[in-house]
Amino acid sequence: MDESRPIFLQIAEAIENDILAGVLLEETQVPSTNEFAAFYRINPATAGKGVNLLVDDGILYKKRGIGMFVAAGSRARLVAKRRDQFEAEYVQPLITEAEKLGITGPQLEDMINRNRAKQSAHPDKEQAV
Amino acid sequence: MTTVVEATGLTKKYGKFAAVDDASFRIEENRIYGLLGRNGAGKTTIMSLLTAQVFASSGSIRVFGQSPVENAEVLGNICFIKESQTYPEDFRPRHVFASAPWFFPNWDQDFADRLVADFRVPMNRRIKKLSRGQLSAVGVIVGLASRAPLTFFDEPYLGLDAVARQTFYDRLLEDFAEHPRTVILSTHLIDEVSNLLEHVIVIDDGRIIIDEESEDLRGSATIVAGAKSAVDGFVAGRDVIHREAIGGLVTATVSHLDEAGRSAARAAGLETSPVSLQQLIVRSTNLSESEEGQKS
Repeated sequence: MDESRPIFLQIAEAIENDILAGVLLEETQVPSTNEFAAFYRINPATAGKGVNLLVDDGILYKKRGIGMFVAAGSRARLVAKRRDQFEAEYVQPLITEAEKLGITGPQLEDMINRNRAKQSAHPDKEQAV
Repeated sequence: MTTVVEATGLTKKYGKFAAVDDASFRIEENRIYGLLGRNGAGKTTIMSLLTAQVFASSGSIRVFGQSPVENAEVLGNICFIKESQTYPEDFRPRHVFASAPWFFPNWDQDFADRLVADFRVPMNRRIKKLSRGQLSAVGVIVGLASRAPLTFFDEPYLGLDAVARQTFYDRLLEDFAEHPRTVILSTHLIDEVSNLLEHVIVIDDGRIIIDEESEDLRGSATIVAGAKSAVDGFVAGRDVIHREAIGGLVTATVSHLDEAGRSAARAAGLETSPVSLQQLIVRSTNLSESEEGQKS
Protein backbone atom coordinates (compact mmCIF):
# COMPACT_ATOMS: atom_id res chain seq x y z
CA MET A 1 0.00 0.00 0.00
CA ASP A 2 1.14 3.47 -0.84
CA GLU A 3 0.81 5.46 2.39
CA SER A 4 0.27 8.80 0.71
CA ARG A 5 -3.03 8.07 -1.06
CA PRO A 6 -6.40 6.98 0.33
CA ILE A 7 -6.33 3.20 0.69
CA PHE A 8 -9.88 2.66 -0.54
CA LEU A 9 -8.85 4.11 -3.92
CA GLN A 10 -5.88 1.75 -4.03
CA ILE A 11 -8.13 -1.23 -3.23
CA ALA A 12 -10.51 -0.21 -6.00
CA GLU A 13 -7.57 0.08 -8.42
CA ALA A 14 -6.17 -3.29 -7.38
CA ILE A 15 -9.52 -4.95 -8.12
CA GLU A 16 -9.74 -3.08 -11.43
CA ASN A 17 -6.25 -4.28 -12.32
CA ASP A 18 -7.25 -7.87 -11.60
CA ILE A 19 -10.27 -7.48 -13.86
CA LEU A 20 -8.14 -5.93 -16.63
CA ALA A 21 -5.55 -8.70 -16.30
CA GLY A 22 -8.25 -11.37 -16.45
CA VAL A 23 -7.53 -12.62 -12.93
CA LEU A 24 -11.11 -11.76 -11.97
CA LEU A 25 -13.45 -12.78 -14.78
CA GLU A 26 -16.81 -11.20 -15.57
CA GLU A 27 -19.76 -12.82 -13.78
CA THR A 28 -17.49 -14.47 -11.21
CA GLN A 29 -17.52 -13.79 -7.50
CA VAL A 30 -14.88 -11.54 -5.95
CA PRO A 31 -13.56 -12.00 -2.39
CA SER A 32 -15.64 -10.54 0.43
CA THR A 33 -14.83 -7.22 2.06
CA ASN A 34 -13.46 -9.07 5.09
CA GLU A 35 -11.26 -11.25 2.88
CA PHE A 36 -9.88 -8.15 1.13
CA ALA A 37 -9.29 -6.54 4.54
CA ALA A 38 -7.41 -9.58 5.83
CA PHE A 39 -5.39 -9.96 2.62
CA TYR A 40 -4.30 -6.34 2.40
CA ARG A 41 -4.15 -5.97 6.21
CA ILE A 42 -6.43 -2.99 6.27
CA ASN A 43 -9.51 -1.91 8.18
CA PRO A 44 -12.64 -3.72 6.88
CA ALA A 45 -14.52 -0.42 6.63
CA THR A 46 -11.80 0.89 4.30
CA ALA A 47 -11.95 -2.25 2.16
CA GLY A 48 -15.73 -1.87 2.03
CA LYS A 49 -15.38 1.71 0.83
CA GLY A 50 -13.15 0.56 -2.04
CA VAL A 51 -15.55 -2.21 -3.04
CA ASN A 52 -18.54 0.15 -2.85
CA LEU A 53 -16.77 2.60 -5.14
CA LEU A 54 -16.71 -0.13 -7.80
CA VAL A 55 -20.36 -0.99 -7.12
CA ASP A 56 -21.25 2.68 -7.68
CA ASP A 57 -19.28 2.60 -10.95
CA GLY A 58 -21.17 -0.51 -12.04
CA ILE A 59 -17.97 -2.59 -12.18
CA LEU A 60 -19.11 -4.89 -9.38
CA TYR A 61 -22.64 -5.80 -8.38
CA LYS A 62 -24.19 -7.38 -5.30
CA LYS A 63 -26.12 -10.62 -5.30
CA ARG A 64 -28.17 -10.57 -2.15
CA GLY A 65 -27.03 -13.10 0.39
CA ILE A 66 -24.32 -14.47 -1.91
CA GLY A 67 -21.72 -11.77 -2.40
CA MET A 68 -20.08 -9.47 -4.89
CA PHE A 69 -19.65 -10.25 -8.61
CA VAL A 70 -17.84 -8.71 -11.58
CA ALA A 71 -20.41 -7.10 -13.88
CA ALA A 72 -20.73 -8.15 -17.51
CA GLY A 73 -18.96 -5.70 -19.84
CA SER A 74 -16.91 -4.23 -17.00
CA ARG A 75 -13.58 -5.10 -18.56
CA ALA A 76 -14.34 -3.15 -21.75
CA ARG A 77 -15.53 -0.20 -19.68
CA LEU A 78 -12.36 -0.27 -17.58
CA VAL A 79 -10.19 -0.37 -20.71
CA ALA A 80 -11.99 2.72 -22.03
CA LYS A 81 -11.63 4.52 -18.69
CA ARG A 82 -7.94 3.64 -18.38
CA ARG A 83 -7.30 4.83 -21.96
CA ASP A 84 -8.73 8.22 -21.07
CA GLN A 85 -6.54 8.26 -17.98
CA PHE A 86 -3.54 7.23 -20.06
CA GLU A 87 -4.07 10.18 -22.35
CA ALA A 88 -4.39 12.63 -19.47
CA GLU A 89 -1.59 11.24 -17.29
CA TYR A 90 0.98 10.16 -19.86
CA VAL A 91 0.34 11.62 -23.31
CA GLN A 92 -0.43 15.19 -22.32
CA PRO A 93 2.64 15.59 -20.05
CA LEU A 94 4.70 13.89 -22.78
CA ILE A 95 3.64 16.53 -25.30
CA THR A 96 4.21 19.37 -22.82
CA GLU A 97 7.74 18.15 -22.13
CA ALA A 98 8.41 17.57 -25.85
CA GLU A 99 7.38 21.13 -26.65
CA LYS A 100 9.67 22.41 -23.92
CA LEU A 101 12.57 20.60 -25.60
CA GLY A 102 11.60 21.68 -29.12
CA ILE A 103 10.73 18.16 -30.28
CA THR A 104 8.38 18.33 -33.25
CA GLY A 105 5.36 16.10 -33.82
CA PRO A 106 7.04 13.88 -36.43
CA GLN A 107 10.18 13.59 -34.23
CA LEU A 108 8.04 12.50 -31.29
CA GLU A 109 6.22 9.97 -33.44
CA ASP A 110 9.56 8.66 -34.65
CA MET A 111 10.82 8.31 -31.06
CA ILE A 112 7.72 6.39 -30.02
CA ASN A 113 7.97 4.04 -32.98
CA ARG A 114 11.68 3.42 -32.36
CA ASN A 115 11.02 2.57 -28.69
CA ARG A 116 8.09 0.35 -29.55
CA ALA A 117 10.34 -1.58 -31.93
CA LYS A 118 13.00 -1.87 -29.21
CA GLN A 119 10.49 -3.18 -26.65
CA SER A 120 8.95 -5.76 -29.00
CA ALA A 121 12.50 -7.04 -29.55
CA HIS A 122 12.66 -7.61 -25.77
CA PRO A 123 9.08 -8.49 -24.94
CA ASP A 124 9.93 -9.47 -21.37
CA LYS A 125 10.57 -5.82 -20.52
CA GLU A 126 7.10 -4.77 -21.57
CA GLN A 127 5.59 -5.87 -18.28
CA ALA A 128 7.82 -3.57 -16.30
CA VAL A 129 5.28 -0.76 -16.13
CA MET B 1 -24.01 5.67 14.29
CA THR B 2 -23.98 5.06 18.02
CA THR B 3 -21.65 7.08 20.20
CA VAL B 4 -19.80 4.92 22.72
CA VAL B 5 -17.67 7.59 24.34
CA GLU B 6 -18.29 11.28 24.60
CA ALA B 7 -15.77 13.49 26.36
CA THR B 8 -16.38 17.21 26.79
CA GLY B 9 -13.82 19.66 28.09
CA LEU B 10 -11.97 16.80 29.73
CA THR B 11 -9.09 18.03 31.91
CA LYS B 12 -6.78 16.18 34.28
CA LYS B 13 -4.32 18.19 36.31
CA TYR B 14 -1.51 16.94 38.50
CA GLY B 15 -0.73 20.04 40.51
CA LYS B 16 -0.21 22.74 37.93
CA PHE B 17 0.62 20.28 35.15
CA ALA B 18 -2.30 19.49 32.84
CA ALA B 19 -1.81 15.93 31.54
CA VAL B 20 -5.05 16.28 29.61
CA ASP B 21 -6.13 19.78 28.73
CA ASP B 22 -9.70 20.57 27.67
CA ALA B 23 -10.12 17.53 25.40
CA SER B 24 -13.44 17.00 23.64
CA PHE B 25 -14.03 14.05 21.33
CA ARG B 26 -16.41 11.23 20.45
CA ILE B 27 -15.80 7.55 19.86
CA GLU B 28 -18.34 5.83 17.61
CA GLU B 29 -19.37 2.21 17.92
CA ASN B 30 -17.64 -0.68 16.15
CA ARG B 31 -14.69 1.17 14.73
CA ILE B 32 -10.95 0.94 15.29
CA TYR B 33 -9.43 4.16 16.59
CA GLY B 34 -5.82 5.17 16.86
CA LEU B 35 -4.92 7.32 19.84
CA LEU B 36 -1.56 8.63 18.73
CA GLY B 37 1.00 10.99 20.12
CA ARG B 38 4.46 11.22 21.57
CA ASN B 39 5.50 9.75 24.89
CA GLY B 40 4.00 11.78 27.70
CA ALA B 41 1.45 13.43 25.43
CA GLY B 42 -1.44 12.25 27.59
CA LYS B 43 -2.60 9.06 25.81
CA THR B 44 -2.55 6.84 28.89
CA THR B 45 -4.17 9.52 31.03
CA ILE B 46 -7.07 9.79 28.57
CA MET B 47 -7.58 6.03 28.62
CA SER B 48 -7.34 5.94 32.40
CA LEU B 49 -9.98 8.68 32.60
CA LEU B 50 -12.34 6.87 30.24
CA THR B 51 -11.99 3.67 32.25
CA ALA B 52 -12.43 5.49 35.59
CA GLN B 53 -9.00 4.51 36.86
CA VAL B 54 -8.22 8.16 37.50
CA PHE B 55 -10.72 10.96 38.00
CA ALA B 56 -11.06 14.10 35.91
CA SER B 57 -10.25 17.53 37.35
CA SER B 58 -13.01 18.96 35.19
CA GLY B 59 -15.10 18.18 32.14
CA SER B 60 -17.51 15.34 31.54
CA ILE B 61 -17.22 11.75 30.30
CA ARG B 62 -20.05 9.58 29.07
CA VAL B 63 -19.28 5.95 28.27
CA PHE B 64 -22.23 3.98 26.86
CA GLY B 65 -24.26 7.05 27.81
CA GLN B 66 -23.31 6.97 31.50
CA SER B 67 -20.56 8.14 33.78
CA PRO B 68 -18.01 5.33 34.09
CA VAL B 69 -17.04 6.22 37.66
CA GLU B 70 -17.88 3.33 40.00
CA ASN B 71 -20.34 2.11 37.41
CA ALA B 72 -20.15 -1.69 37.23
CA GLU B 73 -22.54 -1.86 34.27
CA VAL B 74 -20.28 0.36 32.16
CA LEU B 75 -16.97 -1.05 33.37
CA GLY B 76 -18.14 -4.61 32.66
CA ASN B 77 -18.20 -3.72 28.98
CA ILE B 78 -14.69 -2.33 28.99
CA CYS B 79 -11.33 -4.03 28.71
CA PHE B 80 -8.22 -1.91 29.27
CA ILE B 81 -4.89 -3.55 28.41
CA LYS B 82 -2.13 -1.50 29.91
CA GLU B 83 1.50 -1.37 28.97
CA SER B 84 2.48 -2.36 32.52
CA GLN B 85 -0.28 -4.61 33.80
CA THR B 86 0.41 -6.07 37.24
CA TYR B 87 -0.88 -9.47 38.29
CA PRO B 88 -1.26 -11.05 41.72
CA GLU B 89 1.87 -12.57 43.22
CA ASP B 90 2.42 -16.21 42.11
CA PHE B 91 0.02 -15.89 39.16
CA ARG B 92 0.79 -17.93 36.06
CA PRO B 93 -0.67 -17.30 32.58
CA ARG B 94 -3.17 -20.13 33.07
CA HIS B 95 -4.52 -18.33 36.16
CA VAL B 96 -4.91 -15.13 34.16
CA PHE B 97 -6.89 -16.87 31.43
CA ALA B 98 -8.92 -18.86 33.95
CA SER B 99 -10.01 -15.73 35.83
CA ALA B 100 -10.64 -13.57 32.76
CA PRO B 101 -14.23 -14.87 32.20
CA TRP B 102 -15.20 -13.43 35.61
CA PHE B 103 -14.45 -9.95 34.33
CA PHE B 104 -15.44 -10.25 30.68
CA PRO B 105 -18.90 -11.65 29.94
CA ASN B 106 -18.07 -12.14 26.23
CA TRP B 107 -14.83 -14.04 26.91
CA ASP B 108 -14.13 -16.64 24.18
CA GLN B 109 -12.06 -19.47 25.60
CA ASP B 110 -11.45 -21.20 22.24
CA PHE B 111 -10.15 -17.96 20.78
CA ALA B 112 -7.90 -17.48 23.82
CA ASP B 113 -6.53 -21.02 23.41
CA ARG B 114 -5.72 -20.41 19.75
CA LEU B 115 -3.98 -17.14 20.66
CA VAL B 116 -1.94 -18.86 23.38
CA ALA B 117 -0.66 -21.24 20.71
CA ASP B 118 -0.06 -18.38 18.23
CA PHE B 119 1.98 -16.39 20.73
CA ARG B 120 3.57 -19.48 22.34
CA VAL B 121 2.80 -18.39 25.88
CA PRO B 122 4.16 -20.80 28.53
CA MET B 123 1.00 -21.41 30.55
CA ASN B 124 2.66 -22.72 33.70
CA ARG B 125 5.53 -20.33 34.09
CA ARG B 126 5.21 -17.71 36.81
CA ILE B 127 4.21 -14.30 35.42
CA LYS B 128 7.26 -12.82 37.15
CA LYS B 129 9.51 -15.17 35.18
CA LEU B 130 8.02 -14.32 31.76
CA SER B 131 10.03 -12.31 29.29
CA ARG B 132 8.81 -8.81 28.51
CA GLY B 133 7.40 -10.03 25.18
CA GLN B 134 5.60 -12.99 26.76
CA LEU B 135 4.09 -10.67 29.36
CA SER B 136 2.85 -8.37 26.60
CA ALA B 137 1.42 -11.40 24.78
CA VAL B 138 -0.65 -12.30 27.87
CA GLY B 139 -2.17 -8.81 27.81
CA VAL B 140 -2.83 -8.93 24.07
CA ILE B 141 -4.58 -12.30 24.42
CA VAL B 142 -6.79 -11.03 27.26
CA GLY B 143 -7.69 -7.94 25.22
CA LEU B 144 -8.55 -9.88 22.08
CA ALA B 145 -10.39 -12.81 23.71
CA SER B 146 -12.32 -10.49 26.06
CA ARG B 147 -14.43 -9.37 23.08
CA ALA B 148 -15.30 -6.41 25.29
CA PRO B 149 -17.54 -3.94 23.41
CA LEU B 150 -14.99 -1.22 24.24
CA THR B 151 -11.38 -2.41 24.29
CA PHE B 152 -8.33 -0.25 24.93
CA PHE B 153 -4.85 -1.37 24.01
CA ASP B 154 -2.26 0.98 25.49
CA GLU B 155 1.09 0.32 23.79
CA PRO B 156 0.33 -3.38 24.15
CA TYR B 157 3.37 -4.79 22.43
CA LEU B 158 6.41 -3.80 24.46
CA GLY B 159 9.01 -6.51 23.84
CA LEU B 160 6.91 -8.24 21.17
CA ASP B 161 8.99 -8.99 18.09
CA ALA B 162 7.90 -8.03 14.58
CA VAL B 163 6.34 -11.45 13.92
CA ALA B 164 4.29 -11.37 17.12
CA ARG B 165 3.15 -7.79 16.43
CA GLN B 166 1.99 -8.81 12.96
CA THR B 167 0.15 -11.76 14.53
CA PHE B 168 -1.56 -9.31 16.87
CA TYR B 169 -2.64 -7.04 14.00
CA ASP B 170 -3.84 -9.98 11.89
CA ARG B 171 -5.86 -11.58 14.71
CA LEU B 172 -7.31 -8.19 15.66
CA LEU B 173 -8.52 -7.60 12.08
CA GLU B 174 -9.86 -11.14 11.61
CA ASP B 175 -11.75 -11.08 14.87
CA PHE B 176 -12.98 -7.53 14.34
CA ALA B 177 -14.48 -8.59 11.00
CA GLU B 178 -16.39 -11.45 12.68
CA HIS B 179 -17.21 -9.68 15.94
CA PRO B 180 -17.23 -5.92 15.41
CA ARG B 181 -16.48 -3.85 18.50
CA THR B 182 -14.92 -0.56 19.44
CA VAL B 183 -11.15 -0.72 19.71
CA ILE B 184 -8.85 2.08 20.80
CA LEU B 185 -5.23 1.43 20.04
CA SER B 186 -2.62 3.71 21.50
CA THR B 187 0.75 3.48 19.85
CA HIS B 188 3.71 5.35 18.54
CA LEU B 189 4.38 2.72 15.85
CA ILE B 190 2.13 4.66 13.49
CA ASP B 191 3.47 3.14 10.27
CA GLU B 192 2.66 -0.37 11.47
CA VAL B 193 -0.94 0.29 12.42
CA SER B 194 -2.06 3.12 10.17
CA ASN B 195 -3.83 0.78 7.73
CA LEU B 196 -5.85 -0.77 10.54
CA LEU B 197 -7.25 2.49 11.80
CA GLU B 198 -10.50 3.98 10.66
CA HIS B 199 -10.15 7.13 12.68
CA VAL B 200 -7.19 8.90 14.22
CA ILE B 201 -7.01 11.09 17.30
CA VAL B 202 -3.65 12.75 17.87
CA ILE B 203 -2.85 14.23 21.24
CA ASP B 204 0.05 16.51 21.97
CA ASP B 205 0.83 18.20 25.29
CA GLY B 206 -2.54 17.05 26.62
CA ARG B 207 -4.47 18.68 23.80
CA ILE B 208 -6.18 17.06 20.84
CA ILE B 209 -4.60 18.39 17.68
CA ILE B 210 -6.02 15.98 15.07
CA ASP B 211 -9.38 14.18 15.16
CA GLU B 212 -10.10 12.89 11.66
CA GLU B 213 -10.86 9.86 9.50
CA SER B 214 -7.57 8.26 8.57
CA GLU B 215 -8.58 8.09 4.90
CA ASP B 216 -9.17 11.85 4.90
CA LEU B 217 -5.78 12.46 6.48
CA ARG B 218 -3.96 10.17 4.10
CA GLY B 219 -2.77 12.22 1.17
CA SER B 220 -4.36 15.38 2.57
CA ALA B 221 -1.01 17.06 3.12
CA THR B 222 1.60 17.87 0.50
CA ILE B 223 5.21 18.86 0.79
CA VAL B 224 6.22 21.72 -1.48
CA ALA B 225 9.89 22.47 -1.93
CA GLY B 226 11.83 25.08 -3.81
CA ALA B 227 13.47 28.48 -3.61
CA LYS B 228 12.52 30.45 -0.51
CA SER B 229 10.75 33.27 -2.35
CA ALA B 230 8.74 30.86 -4.51
CA VAL B 231 7.67 28.69 -1.55
CA ASP B 232 6.77 31.67 0.62
CA GLY B 233 4.79 33.21 -2.22
CA PHE B 234 2.90 29.97 -2.79
CA VAL B 235 2.11 29.11 0.84
CA ALA B 236 0.94 32.62 1.77
CA GLY B 237 -2.64 32.28 3.02
CA ARG B 238 -2.46 28.46 3.07
CA ASP B 239 -2.41 26.17 6.08
CA VAL B 240 1.26 25.37 6.71
CA ILE B 241 1.85 22.53 9.19
CA HIS B 242 5.59 22.48 9.08
CA ARG B 243 8.39 24.49 7.51
CA GLU B 244 12.06 23.76 7.13
CA ALA B 245 14.79 25.83 5.53
CA ILE B 246 18.24 24.81 4.38
CA GLY B 247 20.08 27.76 2.92
CA GLY B 248 17.88 29.23 0.22
CA LEU B 249 15.82 26.03 -0.09
CA VAL B 250 12.55 25.82 1.80
CA THR B 251 10.34 22.77 2.40
CA ALA B 252 6.81 23.41 3.61
CA THR B 253 4.13 20.87 4.53
CA VAL B 254 0.77 22.26 3.47
CA SER B 255 -2.48 20.62 4.59
CA HIS B 256 -5.55 20.13 2.41
CA LEU B 257 -3.93 20.92 -0.92
CA ASP B 258 -6.08 19.58 -3.76
CA GLU B 259 -4.93 18.53 -7.24
CA ALA B 260 -5.44 22.06 -8.59
CA GLY B 261 -3.33 23.41 -5.73
CA ARG B 262 -0.57 20.91 -6.48
CA SER B 263 -0.64 21.86 -10.17
CA ALA B 264 -0.38 25.51 -9.18
CA ALA B 265 2.63 24.68 -7.02
CA ARG B 266 4.31 22.84 -9.90
CA ALA B 267 3.51 25.70 -12.25
CA ALA B 268 5.27 28.01 -9.75
CA GLY B 269 8.36 25.85 -10.19
CA LEU B 270 8.00 23.95 -6.91
CA GLU B 271 8.54 20.26 -6.30
CA THR B 272 5.56 18.52 -4.69
CA SER B 273 5.50 15.22 -2.84
CA PRO B 274 2.86 13.43 -0.78
CA VAL B 275 2.99 12.98 2.99
CA SER B 276 2.24 9.69 4.77
CA LEU B 277 0.12 9.51 7.90
CA GLN B 278 3.19 8.98 10.06
CA GLN B 279 5.05 11.93 8.51
CA LEU B 280 1.96 14.10 8.87
CA ILE B 281 1.66 13.30 12.56
CA VAL B 282 5.37 13.76 13.20
CA ARG B 283 5.26 17.14 11.51
CA SER B 284 2.08 18.20 13.31
CA THR B 285 3.42 17.27 16.74
CA ASN B 286 6.76 18.93 16.00
CA LEU B 287 5.04 22.17 15.20
CA SER B 288 3.08 22.31 18.42
CA GLU B 289 6.32 21.79 20.25
CA SER B 290 8.04 24.71 18.53
CA GLU B 291 4.98 26.88 19.15
CA GLU B 292 5.27 26.04 22.83
CA GLY B 293 8.92 27.00 22.70
CA GLN B 294 8.06 30.40 21.28
CA LYS B 295 5.44 31.04 23.93
CA SER B 296 7.62 30.33 26.94
